[in-house]
Amino acid sequence: MGRGADLSDPQPAATLRASGLRPGPLAAGLAAVVVAVTAGLTIGPVDIAAHRVALELLDGLPGVTVDSGLSDAHSAIVEQIRLPRVILGLLVGATLSVSGAAYQGAFRNPLADPYLLGIAAGAGLGATIAITSNLGDGAGMLDPVPLAAFAGALVSVTVSYAAGHLGGRSVASLILAGIAVASFLTACQTYVLQANSDAFRQIFAWILGRIATSGWSEPALMLPYFAVTAAVVLRYRRALDVLAVGDEEAAALGLDPRRVRMIVVLAASLGAAAAVSVSGLIGFVGIIVPHAVRLAFGASNRAVLPLSILFGGAFMVLADLAARTALAPAELPIGVVTAFLGAPFFVLVLRTSRREIW
Amino acid sequence: MTPATSQPVGEPGGTPVAAAVRVRALDVTLDGTHVLRGVDLAAAKGEWVNIIGPNGAGKTTLLRALLGLVAFHGEITIDGLSDRRRSARARKVAYVPQTPVIPPGMLVADYVLLGRTPHRGVFAAETVHDRSIVAEILARLDLGGFGERTVQSLSGGERQRAVMARALAQQADVLLLDEPTTALDLGHQQDVLELIDALRRERGLTVIATLHDLTLAARYGDRIAILARGRVAETGPPAEVLTVQSISEHFGASVRIVDDPEGPVIVPTTAASAQNGDQP
Ligand SMILES: Nc1ncnc2c1ncn2[C@@H]1O[C@H](COP(=O)(O)OP(=O)(O)O)[C@@H](O)[C@H]1O
Ligand SMILES: [Mg+2]
Repeated sequence: MGRGADLSDPQPAATLRASGLRPGPLAAGLAAVVVAVTAGLTIGPVDIAAHRVALELLDGLPGVTVDSGLSDAHSAIVEQIRLPRVILGLLVGATLSVSGAAYQGAFRNPLADPYLLGIAAGAGLGATIAITSNLGDGAGMLDPVPLAAFAGALVSVTVSYAAGHLGGRSVASLILAGIAVASFLTACQTYVLQANSDAFRQIFAWILGRIATSGWSEPALMLPYFAVTAAVVLRYRRALDVLAVGDEEAAALGLDPRRVRMIVVLAASLGAAAAVSVSGLIGFVGIIVPHAVRLAFGASNRAVLPLSILFGGAFMVLADLAARTALAPAELPIGVVTAFLGAPFFVLVLRTSRREIW
Repeated sequence: MTPATSQPVGEPGGTPVAAAVRVRALDVTLDGTHVLRGVDLAAAKGEWVNIIGPNGAGKTTLLRALLGLVAFHGEITIDGLSDRRRSARARKVAYVPQTPVIPPGMLVADYVLLGRTPHRGVFAAETVHDRSIVAEILARLDLGGFGERTVQSLSGGERQRAVMARALAQQADVLLLDEPTTALDLGHQQDVLELIDALRRERGLTVIATLHDLTLAARYGDRIAILARGRVAETGPPAEVLTVQSISEHFGASVRIVDDPEGPVIVPTTAASAQNGDQP
C-alpha cells in the first residue's frame, strides 16, 4: 500500500460476494438426498425398480391414484418397511450432522461433536440402567430404554453446562466440564454393566447403534426434535459466523457470545439426545459430514449448517443401506458402518481438497 | 460518512470541549486486582489520543472498558451517551484488537462484512448497502482483490488492514486501536499510521490508540496520555509529556530526546554512554 493512498474508485457492490448457501451446493445436497432415498427404497433382499417406487409413493399421496404395478407384498415392503426406515435415517443423520456442525461453531473447535458435553455417556448410562433393571424392552414410544437414554443425555448436558459456568464460562472450561461429566457417567455405566454382565450383549448392541423402525413411531418421535434443532441452529447461522472471531471481538461487534453459545448448544444437544435415544450411539457423522461440507463448499456456517442437514441425512441412509445389505440377512451395527465408510472417505476428501478450513 | 475535518478539534494541553469520549473516575478490578484506578480521560471529536505506558499498565483494559467488555465503576460516555447495550455501543465504537482472532477458513469479504453486524442485527442478511460499504472500504484499504481469499492466507500487513477494514465497516465515530503497529515492520507501521490519520481526516474519526513506540506516538496523534500502574500519570501534547524524566519514571528507561521538526525523537542510551557523561 502506498503512503497517502489515493481514493481509488469504489469497487461496485455487485462484485463483492458474501458466502452463503449458493444454488450449486444446494442442488448437490438435494441430489445426494434423492440418490440416497432412491437407493434406500429400491435396494434390499428384493430389488424394486425405482420408477415403480416413485409411482407407489405418488399413489400414497392424498387424492392421487396411480397404479405402480407392484404386488401388495412389494408395496408393503416399500411403504411400511423401507420408507419409515429411510425417513428415520434422514432425520437421525441430519440431526447428528447439524448438531456436530453447530457444536464445532459454538465451541470454535474442529473436534467438537454432539457427544462433547457427555450426551453419549449420559444416554449410555440411562440405557444401561433401563436394560439391566429389566424395565422392559417394548418398542416404540413407550419403550423405557430410549426414554432413559434421553433423560441421561439431557442430565449430562445440563450438568456439564452448569459445571462449565462455575469454571468461568469460557469455551475451555465448558469442554473440560463435559469431559469430566462424560468420564464420570461412563464410570457409572461400567459399574452397572459389571454388576449385570448378563445384559452385556444387549447393551453393546444398543451402544453400536441401529436405524431400526417398527412402523412410523420412531420417525414420528424424531421429527419434532429434528425440526426444533434445525430451526434454532439455522436461525443462529450468522451469529455463529460472528462467533468465529472469538468471544471478545464478537462482543465488540454487539453480540452476546455466551447467550448465543448457550442457545445453540442446547438446541443441538436436544436433537442429538433424541437421535441417540432412538438410534443408539452413532459416531463419526457429527464430525465427518460437517468437515466434508466445509472442505467442499467453504467454512461459512451459512452454508455448512444447511448442507450438513442434506448430506448428513443422505450419508446415514446410505450407511444404513450398507448395514442391512453387506452381510444380509444379518445386519451390521450402523456405528460400525459409519466409521468404516466415513473414515476412508474423509481421508480422501482431506487429501484432495486444498481449502483451509481449520 | 461524516464530512472530512481538516483539523483536529483538541485544544493543546486543555480538556476538549465537545468530547466524543469521556472517562471519569474509572475503576476496574479484574480477579481481585485493581487494574485501573480513578482514570480520567477525554478525547474530542476528530482527535487522536495515544495512550502509552509500560507493559501491564492497564492500556488494554482501558480500551476494553470503553468497549463494555469488562465491568467497571465510574462513568464512560461516548457521544454524550452512556448506553451500555452492546449493539448500540458497537455502532459508536469500533475496535482493532492487538492480536485479532483469525477465524479459520473465513473469506476476507465475509470477515469485513462482520463489521456490519451492529447495524443490521445478527439474524438479518447483509444488504446491498452493506456490501457496497464493504466494497468501498476494501478498495480504500487496497484490499480490493482480496475479497475471496481467506484471512489466514494474508500477510501480516494485509491482515492488519483486513482487521482495520472490519472496524471501519462498523462506521463508528470512535476507533480504538490496541498496539496496531506492534507486529509490523517499519514501513508497514508507517503505512498503518498514515492510513489511520488519513481516515480520521476524511471521516472525522476520533482515535484512541495504544502504542509502544514513543517516537511514533509523538509523531502521530494530537495528545499523549501516560498510563502507569492503572492511573493516568500525565496527559498533554507529545513535547510536554515525553520528557527524559517522565520516561525514566514511568518506563524505567534511560533515553535522550532529540528535537526534530516533526516532533521529539526518543533515543535509548546505553549504560556506557551514561557513565561517560555523554548526555545532551
Ligand atoms: N482477566 C484478568 N484478570 C486479572 N488480571 C488481569 C486480567 N487482565 C489483565 N490483568 C492485569 O491487569 C494489568 C493490566 O493489563 P493490560 O491492560 O493488559 O496492560 P497493558 O495493555 O497496558 O500491557 C496487568 O497487570 C494484568 O496482569
Ligand atoms: Mg496491552
